[in-house]
Amino acid sequence: MKRFLTCVAVPAFLCSQAAAVEIAPDAVKIDEMKVSQSLTGATGNAEEGAKVLANRGLGNCLACHVVTPLAKEQFHGNVAPALDGVADRWSEAELRAIVVDAKRVFSEETVMPAFYSLDVGINVRKDLAGKTILTAQQVEDVVAYLTTLKGSN
Amino acid sequence: MKRLSVLLLVSVASISGLAVMAYADPVDDTLTIDDREMIIRAKAPKGHPFDEVLSGWLFRESETRATEADSFANPGMLAVERGEELWNTVDGSMGKSCSSCHNDASATMKDVGAHFPKWDAKARKPVNIEMKINDCRTERMGAEPYKFDAEEQVALTTYIKHQSLGTPVQIDLSEGEMQSWWEKGKELYYTRTGQLDFSCASCHEKSMGKFIRADHLSQGQVNGFPTYRFNTAGMVSLHNRFRGCIRDTRAEMPKAFSDELMALEVYVTWRGTGLSVETPAVRQ
Ligand code: HEC
Ligand code: HEC
Repeated sequence: MKRFLTCVAVPAFLCSQAAAVEIAPDAVKIDEMKVSQSLTGATGNAEEGAKVLANRGLGNCLACHVVTPLAKEQFHGNVAPALDGVADRWSEAELRAIVVDAKRVFSEETVMPAFYSLDVGINVRKDLAGKTILTAQQVEDVVAYLTTLKGSN
Repeated sequence: MKRLSVLLLVSVASISGLAVMAYADPVDDTLTIDDREMIIRAKAPKGHPFDEVLSGWLFRESETRATEADSFANPGMLAVERGEELWNTVDGSMGKSCSSCHNDASATMKDVGAHFPKWDAKARKPVNIEMKINDCRTERMGAEPYKFDAEEQVALTTYIKHQSLGTPVQIDLSEGEMQSWWEKGKELYYTRTGQLDFSCASCHEKSMGKFIRADHLSQGQVNGFPTYRFNTAGMVSLHNRFRGCIRDTRAEMPKAFSDELMALEVYVTWRGTGLSVETPAVRQ
Protein backbone atom coordinates (compact mmCIF):
# COMPACT_ATOMS: atom_id res chain seq x y z
CA MET A 1 0.00 0.00 0.00
CA LYS A 2 2.76 2.38 1.00
CA ARG A 3 4.72 1.49 -2.11
CA PHE A 4 1.72 2.15 -4.31
CA LEU A 5 1.20 5.61 -2.83
CA THR A 6 4.83 6.50 -3.44
CA CYS A 7 4.39 5.56 -7.05
CA VAL A 8 1.38 7.74 -7.61
CA ALA A 9 3.17 10.66 -6.09
CA VAL A 10 6.24 10.55 -8.34
CA PRO A 11 6.65 10.45 -12.13
CA ALA A 12 6.41 6.94 -13.53
CA PHE A 13 9.99 6.73 -14.87
CA LEU A 14 11.43 7.39 -11.43
CA CYS A 15 9.11 4.89 -9.88
CA SER A 16 9.82 1.82 -12.01
CA GLN A 17 12.71 0.67 -9.85
CA ALA A 18 10.95 0.92 -6.52
CA ALA A 19 7.74 -0.55 -7.85
CA ALA A 20 9.38 -3.57 -9.53
CA VAL A 21 6.15 -5.49 -9.18
CA GLU A 22 6.00 -9.24 -9.10
CA ILE A 23 5.23 -10.94 -12.36
CA ALA A 24 1.82 -12.58 -11.96
CA PRO A 25 1.61 -16.32 -12.75
CA ASP A 26 -0.38 -15.83 -15.94
CA ALA A 27 1.99 -13.07 -17.13
CA VAL A 28 5.17 -15.17 -17.02
CA LYS A 29 6.60 -15.64 -20.51
CA ILE A 30 8.51 -18.83 -21.22
CA ASP A 31 10.61 -18.40 -24.37
CA GLU A 32 12.81 -21.21 -25.62
CA MET A 33 12.71 -22.92 -22.25
CA LYS A 34 13.75 -19.73 -20.48
CA VAL A 35 12.29 -17.22 -18.04
CA SER A 36 15.01 -14.58 -18.15
CA GLN A 37 13.59 -12.04 -15.73
CA SER A 38 13.41 -12.59 -12.00
CA LEU A 39 9.78 -12.93 -10.94
CA THR A 40 10.37 -10.46 -8.09
CA GLY A 41 12.87 -8.23 -9.83
CA ALA A 42 15.56 -9.32 -7.40
CA THR A 43 17.91 -12.24 -6.83
CA GLY A 44 16.64 -14.90 -4.46
CA ASN A 45 18.23 -16.17 -1.27
CA ALA A 46 19.84 -19.59 -1.75
CA GLU A 47 19.70 -20.51 1.93
CA GLU A 48 15.96 -19.88 2.05
CA GLY A 49 15.68 -21.75 -1.23
CA ALA A 50 17.16 -24.90 0.27
CA LYS A 51 14.48 -24.75 2.99
CA VAL A 52 11.66 -24.27 0.47
CA LEU A 53 13.02 -27.15 -1.59
CA ALA A 54 13.02 -29.56 1.35
CA ASN A 55 9.80 -28.42 3.06
CA ARG A 56 7.01 -30.94 2.44
CA GLY A 57 4.33 -28.27 2.44
CA LEU A 58 6.23 -26.04 -0.02
CA GLY A 59 8.52 -27.34 -2.76
CA ASN A 60 8.74 -30.91 -1.47
CA CYS A 61 11.20 -31.37 -4.32
CA LEU A 62 12.86 -34.19 -2.37
CA ALA A 63 9.68 -36.23 -2.85
CA CYS A 64 10.95 -36.93 -6.34
CA HIS A 65 14.59 -35.71 -6.53
CA VAL A 66 17.75 -36.69 -4.70
CA VAL A 67 19.84 -33.67 -3.66
CA THR A 68 23.13 -34.95 -2.20
CA PRO A 69 24.09 -31.69 -0.41
CA LEU A 70 20.81 -32.00 1.52
CA ALA A 71 21.59 -35.58 2.62
CA LYS A 72 20.73 -34.69 6.22
CA GLU A 73 17.07 -34.45 5.16
CA GLN A 74 15.38 -37.84 5.31
CA PHE A 75 13.87 -39.75 2.41
CA HIS A 76 14.76 -38.41 -1.00
CA GLY A 77 12.63 -39.94 -3.74
CA ASN A 78 13.85 -41.22 -7.10
CA VAL A 79 10.88 -40.49 -9.35
CA ALA A 80 13.06 -37.90 -11.11
CA PRO A 81 16.77 -37.36 -11.86
CA ALA A 82 19.04 -36.20 -9.00
CA LEU A 83 19.47 -32.43 -8.90
CA ASP A 84 23.20 -32.74 -8.19
CA GLY A 85 25.14 -30.63 -10.68
CA VAL A 86 21.94 -29.27 -12.19
CA ALA A 87 23.44 -25.78 -12.66
CA ASP A 88 26.00 -27.30 -15.06
CA ARG A 89 23.17 -28.56 -17.24
CA TRP A 90 20.80 -25.59 -17.14
CA SER A 91 21.19 -21.81 -17.00
CA GLU A 92 19.51 -19.73 -14.32
CA ALA A 93 16.79 -18.67 -16.79
CA GLU A 94 16.14 -22.30 -17.72
CA LEU A 95 16.01 -23.41 -14.09
CA ARG A 96 13.47 -20.67 -13.42
CA ALA A 97 11.34 -21.88 -16.33
CA ILE A 98 11.51 -25.49 -15.07
CA VAL A 99 10.34 -24.49 -11.60
CA VAL A 100 7.63 -22.15 -12.95
CA ASP A 101 6.05 -24.74 -15.25
CA ALA A 102 7.97 -27.90 -16.14
CA LYS A 103 5.28 -28.87 -18.64
CA ARG A 104 6.21 -25.94 -20.82
CA VAL A 105 9.88 -26.95 -20.71
CA PHE A 106 9.93 -30.77 -20.84
CA SER A 107 6.54 -31.88 -22.15
CA GLU A 108 2.85 -32.04 -21.23
CA GLU A 109 3.57 -35.54 -20.00
CA THR A 110 5.97 -34.67 -17.20
CA VAL A 111 4.87 -35.56 -13.67
CA MET A 112 6.68 -32.54 -12.22
CA PRO A 113 4.14 -30.04 -10.84
CA ALA A 114 4.08 -26.42 -12.05
CA PHE A 115 5.10 -24.36 -9.04
CA TYR A 116 4.13 -20.95 -10.38
CA SER A 117 1.22 -21.52 -12.70
CA LEU A 118 -2.56 -21.61 -12.46
CA ASP A 119 -2.79 -24.06 -15.33
CA VAL A 120 -3.09 -27.12 -13.07
CA GLY A 121 -5.37 -30.13 -12.48
CA ILE A 122 -9.17 -30.12 -12.12
CA ASN A 123 -11.10 -29.84 -8.84
CA VAL A 124 -8.33 -27.95 -7.02
CA ARG A 125 -8.95 -27.92 -3.27
CA LYS A 126 -11.22 -24.92 -2.66
CA ASP A 127 -8.89 -23.03 -0.35
CA LEU A 128 -6.07 -23.32 -2.90
CA ALA A 129 -8.01 -22.28 -6.00
CA GLY A 130 -6.30 -19.43 -7.82
CA LYS A 131 -3.11 -19.89 -5.79
CA THR A 132 0.25 -21.13 -6.96
CA ILE A 133 2.21 -23.77 -5.02
CA LEU A 134 5.08 -21.35 -4.40
CA THR A 135 5.17 -17.54 -4.25
CA ALA A 136 7.32 -15.55 -6.66
CA GLN A 137 9.80 -14.98 -3.82
CA GLN A 138 9.98 -18.71 -3.03
CA VAL A 139 10.57 -19.54 -6.70
CA GLU A 140 13.44 -17.04 -6.80
CA ASP A 141 14.91 -18.50 -3.61
CA VAL A 142 14.73 -22.04 -5.03
CA VAL A 143 16.31 -20.89 -8.29
CA ALA A 144 19.10 -19.18 -6.33
CA TYR A 145 19.76 -22.46 -4.51
CA LEU A 146 19.65 -24.53 -7.71
CA THR A 147 22.32 -22.31 -9.29
CA THR A 148 24.68 -23.38 -6.48
CA LEU A 149 24.37 -27.07 -7.47
CA LYS A 150 27.50 -27.37 -9.56
CA GLY A 151 30.08 -30.06 -10.22
CA SER A 152 30.27 -32.86 -7.71
CA ASN A 153 29.15 -30.92 -4.64
CA MET B 1 -3.35 -61.21 24.73
CA LYS B 2 -0.44 -63.16 23.38
CA ARG B 3 -1.45 -62.12 19.91
CA LEU B 4 -1.50 -58.49 20.93
CA SER B 5 2.12 -58.47 22.10
CA VAL B 6 3.21 -60.20 18.91
CA LEU B 7 1.40 -57.51 16.95
CA LEU B 8 3.10 -54.70 18.81
CA LEU B 9 6.52 -56.13 18.11
CA VAL B 10 5.75 -56.57 14.47
CA SER B 11 4.44 -53.07 14.01
CA VAL B 12 7.45 -51.46 15.69
CA ALA B 13 9.77 -53.50 13.52
CA SER B 14 7.99 -52.49 10.39
CA ILE B 15 8.00 -48.79 11.22
CA SER B 16 11.73 -48.75 11.82
CA GLY B 17 12.09 -50.78 8.62
CA LEU B 18 10.88 -47.71 6.74
CA ALA B 19 14.27 -46.09 7.00
CA VAL B 20 15.79 -48.82 4.84
CA MET B 21 15.38 -48.18 1.14
CA ALA B 22 17.93 -50.46 -0.38
CA TYR B 23 15.89 -51.56 -3.38
CA ALA B 24 13.64 -49.92 -5.89
CA ASP B 25 12.14 -52.87 -7.73
CA PRO B 26 9.35 -55.17 -6.65
CA VAL B 27 10.83 -58.15 -4.81
CA ASP B 28 11.24 -61.58 -6.34
CA ASP B 29 9.34 -63.65 -3.80
CA THR B 30 6.30 -65.84 -3.33
CA LEU B 31 3.42 -65.32 -0.93
CA THR B 32 1.72 -68.21 0.83
CA ILE B 33 -1.13 -67.50 3.24
CA ASP B 34 -2.77 -70.33 5.20
CA ASP B 35 -0.90 -72.87 3.05
CA ARG B 36 -2.32 -71.41 -0.11
CA GLU B 37 -0.05 -69.80 -2.68
CA MET B 38 -1.29 -66.37 -3.78
CA ILE B 39 -1.09 -65.22 -7.37
CA ILE B 40 0.93 -62.04 -6.97
CA ARG B 41 2.04 -61.72 -10.61
CA ALA B 42 -0.39 -62.30 -13.45
CA LYS B 43 -0.39 -61.77 -17.18
CA ALA B 44 -2.21 -58.50 -17.81
CA PRO B 45 -5.59 -58.59 -19.60
CA LYS B 46 -5.74 -57.39 -23.20
CA GLY B 47 -5.54 -53.60 -23.54
CA HIS B 48 -3.66 -53.14 -20.25
CA PRO B 49 -0.72 -50.68 -20.18
CA PHE B 50 1.51 -53.23 -18.39
CA ASP B 51 2.49 -56.74 -19.51
CA GLU B 52 2.23 -58.03 -15.99
CA VAL B 53 0.04 -57.01 -13.08
CA LEU B 54 1.74 -57.02 -9.68
CA SER B 55 0.36 -57.23 -6.18
CA GLY B 56 1.15 -54.29 -3.89
CA TRP B 57 2.65 -56.88 -1.50
CA LEU B 58 5.73 -57.09 -3.76
CA PHE B 59 6.54 -53.44 -3.07
CA ARG B 60 6.44 -53.51 0.70
CA GLU B 61 9.21 -53.88 3.29
CA SER B 62 10.14 -57.39 4.34
CA GLU B 63 8.57 -57.05 7.81
CA THR B 64 5.29 -55.88 6.31
CA ARG B 65 5.34 -58.76 3.84
CA ALA B 66 6.05 -61.27 6.60
CA THR B 67 3.15 -59.95 8.68
CA GLU B 68 0.73 -60.45 5.80
CA ALA B 69 2.04 -63.95 5.14
CA ASP B 70 1.26 -65.01 8.71
CA SER B 71 -2.46 -64.95 9.48
CA PHE B 72 -1.70 -65.26 13.18
CA ALA B 73 0.40 -62.08 13.15
CA ASN B 74 -1.79 -60.16 10.68
CA PRO B 75 -3.74 -57.53 12.70
CA GLY B 76 -6.30 -57.41 9.88
CA MET B 77 -7.51 -60.84 11.01
CA LEU B 78 -9.09 -59.13 14.01
CA ALA B 79 -11.39 -57.34 11.55
CA VAL B 80 -12.21 -60.70 9.96
CA GLU B 81 -13.16 -62.07 13.39
CA ARG B 82 -15.24 -58.99 14.12
CA GLY B 83 -16.91 -59.34 10.73
CA GLU B 84 -17.85 -62.94 11.51
CA GLU B 85 -19.45 -61.81 14.75
CA LEU B 86 -21.50 -59.18 12.87
CA TRP B 87 -22.46 -61.75 10.24
CA ASN B 88 -24.21 -63.72 12.96
CA THR B 89 -25.71 -60.77 14.86
CA VAL B 90 -29.42 -60.04 14.51
CA ASP B 91 -30.13 -56.37 13.69
CA GLY B 92 -33.08 -54.32 12.45
CA SER B 93 -36.87 -54.59 12.62
CA MET B 94 -37.14 -57.94 10.84
CA GLY B 95 -35.13 -59.83 13.45
CA LYS B 96 -32.56 -61.17 11.03
CA SER B 97 -28.79 -61.45 10.73
CA CYS B 98 -26.80 -61.97 7.53
CA SER B 99 -26.59 -65.66 8.41
CA SER B 100 -30.39 -65.95 8.62
CA CYS B 101 -30.45 -65.70 4.83
CA HIS B 102 -26.92 -66.63 3.77
CA ASN B 103 -26.08 -69.32 6.35
CA ASP B 104 -22.39 -70.22 6.51
CA ALA B 105 -20.34 -67.53 4.77
CA SER B 106 -17.46 -69.91 4.10
CA ALA B 107 -19.81 -71.71 1.71
CA THR B 108 -22.24 -69.04 0.47
CA MET B 109 -19.73 -66.19 0.19
CA LYS B 110 -16.83 -68.25 -1.10
CA ASP B 111 -15.20 -66.44 -4.06
CA VAL B 112 -18.01 -63.85 -4.17
CA GLY B 113 -15.75 -60.89 -3.29
CA ALA B 114 -13.40 -61.68 -6.18
CA HIS B 115 -16.09 -60.72 -8.67
CA PHE B 116 -17.17 -57.30 -7.37
CA PRO B 117 -17.99 -54.60 -8.38
CA LYS B 118 -20.97 -56.06 -10.21
CA TRP B 119 -23.75 -54.63 -12.33
CA ASP B 120 -26.91 -54.03 -10.30
CA ALA B 121 -29.90 -54.10 -12.65
CA LYS B 122 -32.23 -52.45 -10.15
CA ALA B 123 -29.88 -49.60 -9.23
CA ARG B 124 -28.71 -49.41 -12.86
CA LYS B 125 -25.09 -49.01 -11.76
CA PRO B 126 -22.18 -51.05 -10.49
CA VAL B 127 -22.23 -51.86 -6.78
CA ASN B 128 -19.47 -53.00 -4.45
CA ILE B 129 -19.59 -55.18 -1.32
CA GLU B 130 -20.18 -52.22 0.98
CA MET B 131 -23.22 -51.12 -1.04
CA LYS B 132 -24.48 -54.68 -1.25
CA ILE B 133 -24.30 -54.98 2.55
CA ASN B 134 -26.30 -51.77 2.97
CA ASP B 135 -28.82 -53.03 0.44
CA CYS B 136 -29.41 -56.18 2.49
CA ARG B 137 -29.61 -54.16 5.68
CA THR B 138 -32.27 -51.76 4.44
CA GLU B 139 -34.26 -54.11 2.17
CA ARG B 140 -34.13 -57.40 4.02
CA MET B 141 -33.29 -56.65 7.64
CA GLY B 142 -35.10 -53.40 8.28
CA ALA B 143 -31.83 -51.99 9.62
CA GLU B 144 -30.10 -48.65 9.11
CA PRO B 145 -27.49 -48.59 6.34
CA TYR B 146 -23.94 -48.33 7.65
CA LYS B 147 -22.32 -44.92 7.27
CA PHE B 148 -19.21 -44.80 5.12
CA ASP B 149 -16.27 -46.32 6.99
CA ALA B 150 -18.32 -47.28 10.04
CA GLU B 151 -16.28 -49.88 11.92
CA GLU B 152 -18.99 -52.48 11.20
CA GLN B 153 -19.00 -51.74 7.47
CA VAL B 154 -15.25 -52.21 7.18
CA ALA B 155 -15.21 -55.37 9.33
CA LEU B 156 -18.09 -57.05 7.49
CA THR B 157 -16.58 -56.16 4.10
CA THR B 158 -13.23 -57.55 5.23
CA TYR B 159 -14.93 -60.77 6.40
CA ILE B 160 -16.78 -61.24 3.10
CA LYS B 161 -13.73 -60.45 0.95
CA HIS B 162 -11.65 -62.83 3.06
CA GLN B 163 -13.88 -65.70 1.94
CA SER B 164 -12.22 -65.26 -1.48
CA LEU B 165 -8.64 -65.40 -0.17
CA GLY B 166 -6.47 -66.70 -3.01
CA THR B 167 -9.17 -66.50 -5.70
CA PRO B 168 -8.16 -64.47 -8.78
CA VAL B 169 -9.93 -61.14 -9.28
CA GLN B 170 -12.21 -61.28 -12.31
CA ILE B 171 -15.09 -58.90 -12.98
CA ASP B 172 -17.78 -59.24 -15.61
CA LEU B 173 -17.77 -56.24 -17.93
CA SER B 174 -20.41 -57.70 -20.24
CA GLU B 175 -23.24 -57.20 -17.75
CA GLY B 176 -25.49 -54.15 -18.17
CA GLU B 177 -23.53 -50.96 -18.78
CA MET B 178 -20.35 -52.10 -17.06
CA GLN B 179 -18.31 -51.35 -20.17
CA SER B 180 -19.25 -47.67 -20.19
CA TRP B 181 -18.47 -47.40 -16.47
CA TRP B 182 -15.09 -48.96 -17.25
CA GLU B 183 -14.54 -46.28 -19.92
CA LYS B 184 -15.49 -43.54 -17.51
CA GLY B 185 -13.17 -45.00 -14.88
CA LYS B 186 -10.35 -45.14 -17.37
CA GLU B 187 -10.85 -41.49 -18.26
CA LEU B 188 -10.73 -40.56 -14.57
CA TYR B 189 -7.60 -42.64 -14.04
CA TYR B 190 -5.75 -40.49 -16.54
CA THR B 191 -7.29 -37.15 -15.53
CA ARG B 192 -4.94 -34.87 -13.63
CA THR B 193 -6.41 -33.37 -10.50
CA GLY B 194 -5.54 -30.75 -7.94
CA GLN B 195 -2.90 -28.10 -7.57
CA LEU B 196 -0.18 -30.74 -7.89
CA ASP B 197 -1.70 -31.86 -11.18
CA PHE B 198 -1.25 -35.63 -10.82
CA SER B 199 -3.39 -38.39 -12.27
CA CYS B 200 -3.49 -41.91 -10.84
CA ALA B 201 -1.20 -42.84 -13.73
CA SER B 202 1.41 -40.21 -12.74
CA CYS B 203 2.18 -42.27 -9.65
CA HIS B 204 1.00 -45.85 -10.31
CA GLU B 205 1.89 -46.17 -13.98
CA LYS B 206 4.65 -43.72 -14.92
CA SER B 207 6.43 -43.84 -11.55
CA MET B 208 5.63 -47.43 -10.55
CA GLY B 209 8.57 -49.02 -8.71
CA LYS B 210 10.07 -45.62 -7.78
CA PHE B 211 10.17 -43.97 -4.39
CA ILE B 212 8.12 -40.83 -3.77
CA ARG B 213 9.73 -39.69 -0.52
CA ALA B 214 9.70 -42.88 1.60
CA ASP B 215 6.83 -44.52 -0.30
CA HIS B 216 7.61 -47.27 -2.77
CA LEU B 217 5.05 -46.78 -5.54
CA SER B 218 3.13 -49.91 -6.50
CA GLN B 219 0.64 -50.37 -9.31
CA GLY B 220 -2.11 -49.23 -6.92
CA GLN B 221 -3.97 -52.55 -7.02
CA VAL B 222 -7.17 -53.16 -5.08
CA ASN B 223 -6.92 -56.92 -4.45
CA GLY B 224 -5.92 -56.58 -0.78
CA PHE B 225 -8.75 -54.28 0.37
CA PRO B 226 -9.80 -53.53 3.02
CA THR B 227 -6.14 -53.50 4.14
CA TYR B 228 -4.56 -53.19 7.56
CA ARG B 229 -2.24 -50.15 7.87
CA PHE B 230 0.47 -49.87 10.50
CA ASN B 231 0.58 -46.06 10.12
CA THR B 232 -2.94 -45.62 11.36
CA ALA B 233 -3.09 -48.95 13.24
CA GLY B 234 -6.40 -49.80 11.64
CA MET B 235 -8.26 -51.00 8.59
CA VAL B 236 -8.46 -48.89 5.43
CA SER B 237 -11.35 -49.27 3.00
CA LEU B 238 -10.85 -48.91 -0.73
CA HIS B 239 -12.77 -45.66 -1.12
CA ASN B 240 -10.86 -44.24 1.81
CA ARG B 241 -7.60 -45.06 -0.03
CA PHE B 242 -8.90 -43.56 -3.30
CA ARG B 243 -9.91 -40.40 -1.47
CA GLY B 244 -6.54 -40.20 0.25
CA CYS B 245 -4.67 -40.47 -3.04
CA ILE B 246 -6.87 -37.77 -4.59
CA ARG B 247 -6.43 -35.53 -1.52
CA ASP B 248 -2.67 -35.87 -1.98
CA THR B 249 -2.97 -34.14 -5.35
CA ARG B 250 -4.48 -31.19 -3.43
CA ALA B 251 -7.89 -31.68 -5.01
CA GLU B 252 -11.40 -31.79 -3.55
CA MET B 253 -12.26 -35.41 -2.80
CA PRO B 254 -15.27 -37.12 -4.41
CA LYS B 255 -17.71 -38.74 -1.97
CA ALA B 256 -17.34 -42.42 -1.14
CA PHE B 257 -19.54 -44.60 -3.41
CA SER B 258 -20.15 -41.61 -5.74
CA ASP B 259 -20.44 -42.41 -9.44
CA GLU B 260 -16.87 -41.18 -9.94
CA LEU B 261 -15.37 -43.49 -7.35
CA MET B 262 -17.52 -46.43 -8.48
CA ALA B 263 -16.31 -45.94 -12.07
CA LEU B 264 -12.77 -45.79 -10.76
CA GLU B 265 -13.34 -48.96 -8.71
CA VAL B 266 -14.59 -50.82 -11.80
CA TYR B 267 -11.60 -49.73 -13.89
CA VAL B 268 -8.91 -50.19 -11.23
CA THR B 269 -10.30 -53.61 -10.27
CA TRP B 270 -10.01 -54.64 -13.92
CA ARG B 271 -6.39 -53.43 -13.89
CA GLY B 272 -5.70 -56.13 -11.29
CA THR B 273 -7.42 -58.97 -13.13
CA GLY B 274 -5.88 -62.33 -12.24
CA LEU B 275 -4.31 -61.32 -8.91
CA SER B 276 -5.48 -63.29 -5.87
CA VAL B 277 -7.73 -61.59 -3.36
CA GLU B 278 -5.42 -60.96 -0.36
CA THR B 279 -7.88 -59.38 2.06
CA PRO B 280 -6.85 -58.36 4.65
CA ALA B 281 -3.52 -57.30 3.10
CA VAL B 282 -0.97 -55.53 5.32
CA ARG B 283 0.54 -52.17 4.40
CA GLN B 284 2.66 -49.65 6.30
C1 HEC C 1 6.32 -35.37 -8.59
C2 HEC C 1 7.66 -35.33 -9.04
C3 HEC C 1 8.49 -34.08 -9.03
C4 HEC C 1 8.56 -33.06 -8.08
C5 HEC C 1 7.77 -32.93 -6.78
C6 HEC C 1 9.55 -32.15 -8.55
N1 HEC C 1 10.09 -32.59 -9.73
FE1 HEC C 1 11.63 -31.73 -10.78
N2 HEC C 1 11.49 -33.18 -12.22
C7 HEC C 1 10.63 -34.25 -12.18
C8 HEC C 1 10.87 -35.08 -13.34
C9 HEC C 1 10.14 -36.38 -13.68
C10 HEC C 1 11.93 -34.48 -14.08
C11 HEC C 1 12.60 -34.94 -15.39
C12 HEC C 1 11.89 -34.42 -16.58
C13 HEC C 1 10.80 -35.39 -16.99
O1 HEC C 1 11.11 -36.58 -17.15
O2 HEC C 1 9.67 -34.97 -17.12
C14 HEC C 1 12.29 -33.29 -13.33
C15 HEC C 1 13.31 -32.42 -13.71
C16 HEC C 1 13.77 -31.36 -12.97
C17 HEC C 1 14.91 -30.55 -13.30
C18 HEC C 1 15.88 -30.80 -14.46
C19 HEC C 1 16.82 -31.88 -13.95
C20 HEC C 1 17.94 -32.31 -14.87
O3 HEC C 1 18.83 -33.00 -14.38
O4 HEC C 1 17.91 -32.01 -16.05
C21 HEC C 1 15.02 -29.60 -12.32
C22 HEC C 1 16.06 -28.49 -12.22
C23 HEC C 1 13.95 -29.82 -11.38
N3 HEC C 1 13.19 -30.90 -11.79
C24 HEC C 1 13.73 -29.08 -10.24
C25 HEC C 1 12.72 -29.30 -9.30
C26 HEC C 1 12.47 -28.47 -8.14
C27 HEC C 1 13.33 -27.28 -7.75
C28 HEC C 1 11.38 -28.97 -7.51
C29 HEC C 1 10.63 -28.43 -6.32
C30 HEC C 1 10.38 -27.03 -6.23
C31 HEC C 1 10.98 -30.16 -8.24
N4 HEC C 1 11.80 -30.32 -9.32
C32 HEC C 1 9.92 -30.98 -7.89
C33 HEC C 1 9.71 -34.53 -11.19
C34 HEC C 1 9.46 -33.76 -10.06
C1 HEC D 1 1.08 -38.42 -5.64
C2 HEC D 1 1.11 -39.83 -5.85
C3 HEC D 1 -0.16 -40.64 -5.99
C4 HEC D 1 -1.25 -40.41 -6.77
C5 HEC D 1 -1.52 -39.25 -7.72
C6 HEC D 1 -2.15 -41.53 -6.56
N1 HEC D 1 -1.62 -42.40 -5.66
FE1 HEC D 1 -2.40 -44.19 -5.07
N2 HEC D 1 -0.85 -44.43 -3.78
C7 HEC D 1 0.22 -43.57 -3.63
C8 HEC D 1 1.12 -44.09 -2.62
C9 HEC D 1 2.42 -43.44 -2.15
C10 HEC D 1 0.55 -45.30 -2.17
C11 HEC D 1 1.13 -46.27 -1.11
C12 HEC D 1 2.22 -47.09 -1.75
C13 HEC D 1 1.68 -47.94 -2.87
O1 HEC D 1 1.00 -48.96 -2.61
O2 HEC D 1 1.89 -47.60 -4.05
C14 HEC D 1 -0.68 -45.50 -2.93
C15 HEC D 1 -1.52 -46.61 -2.80
C16 HEC D 1 -2.64 -46.83 -3.57
C17 HEC D 1 -3.46 -48.02 -3.47
C18 HEC D 1 -3.24 -49.18 -2.51
C19 HEC D 1 -2.34 -50.21 -3.13
C20 HEC D 1 -2.03 -51.33 -2.17
O3 HEC D 1 -1.49 -52.34 -2.64
O4 HEC D 1 -2.29 -51.22 -0.98
C21 HEC D 1 -4.47 -47.89 -4.39
C22 HEC D 1 -5.59 -48.86 -4.66
C23 HEC D 1 -4.26 -46.61 -5.06
N3 HEC D 1 -3.15 -46.00 -4.53
C24 HEC D 1 -5.07 -46.12 -6.06
C25 HEC D 1 -4.92 -44.84 -6.62
C26 HEC D 1 -5.87 -44.25 -7.55
C27 HEC D 1 -7.10 -44.94 -8.10
C28 HEC D 1 -5.42 -42.99 -7.82
C29 HEC D 1 -6.07 -41.91 -8.62
C30 HEC D 1 -7.38 -41.51 -8.24
C31 HEC D 1 -4.18 -42.82 -7.11
N4 HEC D 1 -3.92 -43.94 -6.38
C32 HEC D 1 -3.38 -41.68 -7.18
C33 HEC D 1 0.45 -42.42 -4.33
C34 HEC D 1 -0.41 -41.87 -5.27
